[in-house]
Amino acid sequence: MKILLITEQRDGKSSKVSFETLAAAQQIVQHTKGTLTGLVIGKGVAALADELAGYQLDDVLLIEHDLLDQYTPDGFSIALRQVIESAKPDLVLLPHTYQVRDFAPKLAASLGKGTPGEGGKGMIGDCIGYRYENGKLIFVRQMFQGRTAADVVFAGEAPWIATFQAGAFRADLAVKHAGGKAPVESANVDLKPEQIRTKPLELFREAKQAVDLTQAPILISVGRGIKAPENIAIAEKLAKLMGGEICASRPICDEGWLPMDRQIGSSGQTVAPKLYFALGISGAIQHVVGMKGSRTIAAINKDQNAPIFEVADYGVVGDIFEIVPALIEELEKAHH
Amino acid sequence: MKIGVFVKQVPAKDAPLAIVEGGAWIRESDIGFETNEPDSYALEEALRLKEKHSGEVVAISMGPERAKQTIKEALAKGADRGIHVADNDFFKLDPLNSARSLAAAVKSENFDLILTGLQSDDQGFGQTGVLLAELLGRPHATIIMAIEVDAGGGRMKLKRELEAGWFQWVELPLPAVLSIQSGINKPRYATLKGIMAAKKKEIATVQRASLGISDSPTQRVERIYVPQKTKKTEFISGQPKEIAAKLIEKLRHEARVL
Repeated sequence: MKILLITEQRDGKSSKVSFETLAAAQQIVQHTKGTLTGLVIGKGVAALADELAGYQLDDVLLIEHDLLDQYTPDGFSIALRQVIESAKPDLVLLPHTYQVRDFAPKLAASLGKGTPGEGGKGMIGDCIGYRYENGKLIFVRQMFQGRTAADVVFAGEAPWIATFQAGAFRADLAVKHAGGKAPVESANVDLKPEQIRTKPLELFREAKQAVDLTQAPILISVGRGIKAPENIAIAEKLAKLMGGEICASRPICDEGWLPMDRQIGSSGQTVAPKLYFALGISGAIQHVVGMKGSRTIAAINKDQNAPIFEVADYGVVGDIFEIVPALIEELEKAHH
Repeated sequence: MKIGVFVKQVPAKDAPLAIVEGGAWIRESDIGFETNEPDSYALEEALRLKEKHSGEVVAISMGPERAKQTIKEALAKGADRGIHVADNDFFKLDPLNSARSLAAAVKSENFDLILTGLQSDDQGFGQTGVLLAELLGRPHATIIMAIEVDAGGGRMKLKRELEAGWFQWVELPLPAVLSIQSGINKPRYATLKGIMAAKKKEIATVQRASLGISDSPTQRVERIYVPQKTKKTEFISGQPKEIAAKLIEKLRHEARVL
């Protein structure tokens, strides 16, 4: 199987999840006995191609163009379509980032356009792993907000596109090149300004981060189970007694019950405290990717099948409005 | 401005999920359904744009007969009419064929703007908006946190959410397709007046099978299942007081994190 790995960069650095996906690609190519090509796309990114070539790959493609300096879905999908249609990989792997989910389905659907049978390829997105069984590659992704997993296989003709979720593979397991470096080759793409319909403007951060949750040793996190903004006070009280900070899953910040800078998950902060205590959080994927590296995870949820228990060390199936006051009482008792 | 908003009906958040034998799908018979929450933000944004710029909001949903309920809720909140793309086996479709069906069903509407939620809370493919844009030949942007349409109605300025607290403004020409980020607004509730008014609004039904979209899939879900635990969770049970004492004890002396 011929595999093409497309990396992502920001601020002149390849992202960590790119190396995680590289590790996945290296593992898959060992099973399927094929070749692995890495790809770096952008402008002025030759150094990143050189860095990627230091890993175990057959070769690296460098795609540079003035119109790829800033990301646009049109620019990236037109350029990558040309590369894929000429390099003819069987499987294209990408990290599942906000940028990739913005263009990869379009790229897949545009492949083979204008050929008999209208073309159009599929993408299996947001995979958390794969299995190789009897010569078949099976991708594992989550459904129902992580309450179920699904085995998904490609159908029809290659190329196929799959993306891996952040944290699905370990970046430190990406193998360095055995014999020095893989060759880097530049590939030309044909792009015209009028093909790009999006005009990217300024990048910015909203408010100054008032609190750096990544530095907090203990985090008490609230989810939908907290039910109403006035109930956050009991979680804050628990946080104070435990010497921790309060944070939340996305819906709580969307509601405005806690500020956005207290949000943990793919669109918020990624944390790894010594204790992460989840109160009424079901554990949707988007949340779990931001906290699963925590040393100890405790969770209270009324649903015994809540996916948060997949990652919890200590679990309580119950009502947070009964358990949290009891915890507060227990901690206050110890303080006296 | 003519706006099409795609709303999906999904199992209710607190519905107990049971998987059918063989793992093809979940057992739908005993559970309730509701509008996919991310789509309710897209609907709200469509209604606000109509209030500001005038025009029409059309709510489109694919699925079995019950999906009409989701369209009715959109009509009760203020959408002008609905299109139901009827398919009892919608759950079997892959993202590309779903989008091809939806694109075929709305092509003749020539919407100025199409809005979708970010992803569905059931399958969670998160591809529909981007695919619709490609299939209809429109530009797109995803994870949108603000929409400003210029006075002439020809261009939009959009605030996109990126990762780790970053945002970016981008400009797009209309017509276009946008995937809306959850939390962009506060979705309204339907009023009694709205619910009454909705009864007179039209829902057109299009049979998906009549659209001429091939069913040849690009991917196939072999089975769904309850994931195997990667971590052994120690469950603590008892009365709240006992649980509290045991949990604090474990956090202090076993995990040593307190």
